Amino acid sequence: MITEPNPSPVHSRKDLLDIESLSAEEINHLLETAKPFKELFTRSVKKVPALRGKTVLNLFFEPSTRTRASFEIAAKRLSADVTNLAVSQSSVVKGESVLDTVDTMQSMKVDYLVVRHGAAGIPNQIAKHSPASVINAGDGNHAHPTQALLDAFTIKEAMGDFSGRKILIAGDILHSRVARSVSICANKLGMEVGIFGPPTLIPHGHPDYFHTFNSFEHALEWEPEVIYLLRLQLERQSAHFFPSLREYHQVFGMTRERFELVSRKGIYIMHPGPVNRGVELTDEVLTYDRSLINRQVENGIAARMAVLYWLQPGIPSPTIEEKAET
Amino acid sequence: MTNSEPLRTEVLSRKDIDNKIRRISSEIIEKHSDRPVAFVGIHTRGVILAQRVFDRVSRHRTDISQGTLDIALYRDDLDNLGTIPSIRGSDLPFSVEGSHIILFDDVLFTGRTIRAALDELMDYGRPARIELAVLVDRGNREVPICPDYLGHGMNTSKAEHVLVCFDEIDGKEGVYTVIGETR
Repeated sequence: MITEPNPSPVHSRKDLLDIESLSAEEINHLLETAKPFKELFTRSVKKVPALRGKTVLNLFFEPSTRTRASFEIAAKRLSADVTNLAVSQSSVVKGESVLDTVDTMQSMKVDYLVVRHGAAGIPNQIAKHSPASVINAGDGNHAHPTQALLDAFTIKEAMGDFSGRKILIAGDILHSRVARSVSICANKLGMEVGIFGPPTLIPHGHPDYFHTFNSFEHALEWEPEVIYLLRLQLERQSAHFFPSLREYHQVFGMTRERFELVSRKGIYIMHPGPVNRGVELTDEVLTYDRSLINRQVENGIAARMAVLYWLQPGIPSPTIEEKAET
Repeated sequence: MTNSEPLRTEVLSRKDIDNKIRRISSEIIEKHSDRPVAFVGIHTRGVILAQRVFDRVSRHRTDISQGTLDIALYRDDLDNLGTIPSIRGSDLPFSVEGSHIILFDDVLFTGRTIRAALDELMDYGRPARIELAVLVDRGNREVPICPDYLGHGMNTSKAEHVLVCFDEIDGKEGVYTVIGETR
C-alpha cells in the first residue's frame, strides 16, 4: 500500500472546445482523473463537494437527452448546481442572438457553460465572450470532445493501453463530430485509426494516418481490436448519400454474419448511442460480452466529472500560438 | 530549492520516529484489545504511517482492516490553489458503517485536512467511532480537532514548514523544521 509522490500536476484550462488543442499528456491526465471519479459510483453517497457553490448551465441549442443528462449527473455528483436551458423554451425563438443569450446567462453568474449547437464554432465564440468555462457538448460537424474522452477511458479500461492498438470507425464519417473527435483522440494516444463507410460519407482530404478500406470484409482483415460504429444521423441528412437503410445495413452495418466473425475474434464493439437497431447493428450485438456500449454511458459521467474538475473558470486560456511553443 | 540555503533543523531522527511509531502501536493495541479496527491513512505520508503501525500491530492482531483516503475533492481551499490537485482516489475495502476507524496523518497543523477527511468518511457510511493518530502535532489549529495518539508535539510558527521524510518515498528518514523552503 505504498503510494507514489504526487505526480506533477497538469495545468488547468478555462475551456474544453475540441480534442485537437489538447496534448496527449492532458488527455491522459483527464483519463487518470476519471478513474477515481468512477469509483465514487459504488459509494453510498455518490457525491463529493469539489464544486460546491458553483453553477453549471446546460445550454442546448440542439435536442439531446443522453448527453445533457450525463453532464447534469456529472455536475451534481460534484455538488454543483445545474440549470438546463433548452432552445425551445428559451428566448432564442423570440429572436435573441446566441451571444445575447450568453450575456443574459452571465448576469446570472454562471461558472460553467455546457454548450451544444448545430453550427460548428459557436462554443469557441462563446468561450471568447464569456469568463465562464465553456465545454463543447457537440457543435455541428466539428467536435464532441467529452465523447472522445469517455471513449478513450472505456478503451483503456477494457484493454489497458493504447499504443499500437487498432480502432476501426465505421459509418457516416463525413457528418460525424464524434468520428472527428474520436479519431483525433485515438491518434494522439498512439492508436492506429481505420475508417470505413459509404464513399459518399468519407470526407475528402482526411488525414494521412487514416487507413481506408473498400469493404467491411477488407477492413476486418486489417484486424482491428475495436470497431466503433457511428450512429446514422437520420434526422440530419437531407441529401441521399446511400440508396436505402436496408442496403446500408447489408453493406456497411454489423450484420449477423459479420458479427459472428467479430465475436469469434473477440473484437470490442462501441457505439456513441442511441443505436438504430437493424441499421448500424443487430440485436445480438447489444448483449455481446465485448460490447462496450453500456459502459460508454456509465463512463461518460466519470469522464465529464474529470473535465468539470479540471477546468477553471476565469483563468486565461492559452492561445494556439502559446500552445505551439510548449 | 532556493539559492539561499534554507535553515533546516532535525526534530526527530530515524530512531526517534521508530520509537514514536512503536509507542502509538502499543497504545492502539491496549485501547482496542477487544474489537476490530480499521486503519485509514491520508495520502500521501499518512498512508505510510498507517502501514508502519499496521506492520507492528498485525503481529498481535489479525482483525485490522486497512484503507486509504484522498481528501483532494473535500478540500475547502480548491478555489485558492494555483493548480488543481491530482486525485488518486480513496480505497476503503471494508464497511465503514458501524466500524471503529483510526485515521493516520503525518503532521497535524490547521486541522483542515482532518476536517475534510471526516466529511469524506461520513459519505461512505456512519462509523461507530473515529480516532486520530499523527506523528507530529505542530499546533496552530484553525478548527477544534485534537489527536488521540500522538508521536511528538511541538510549537511552531506559521512561517515554518514541518517536513516529514519517509524512506519509502523520500529516500531518507527524519522530521525537520525548515524556514525558507517547501517540499
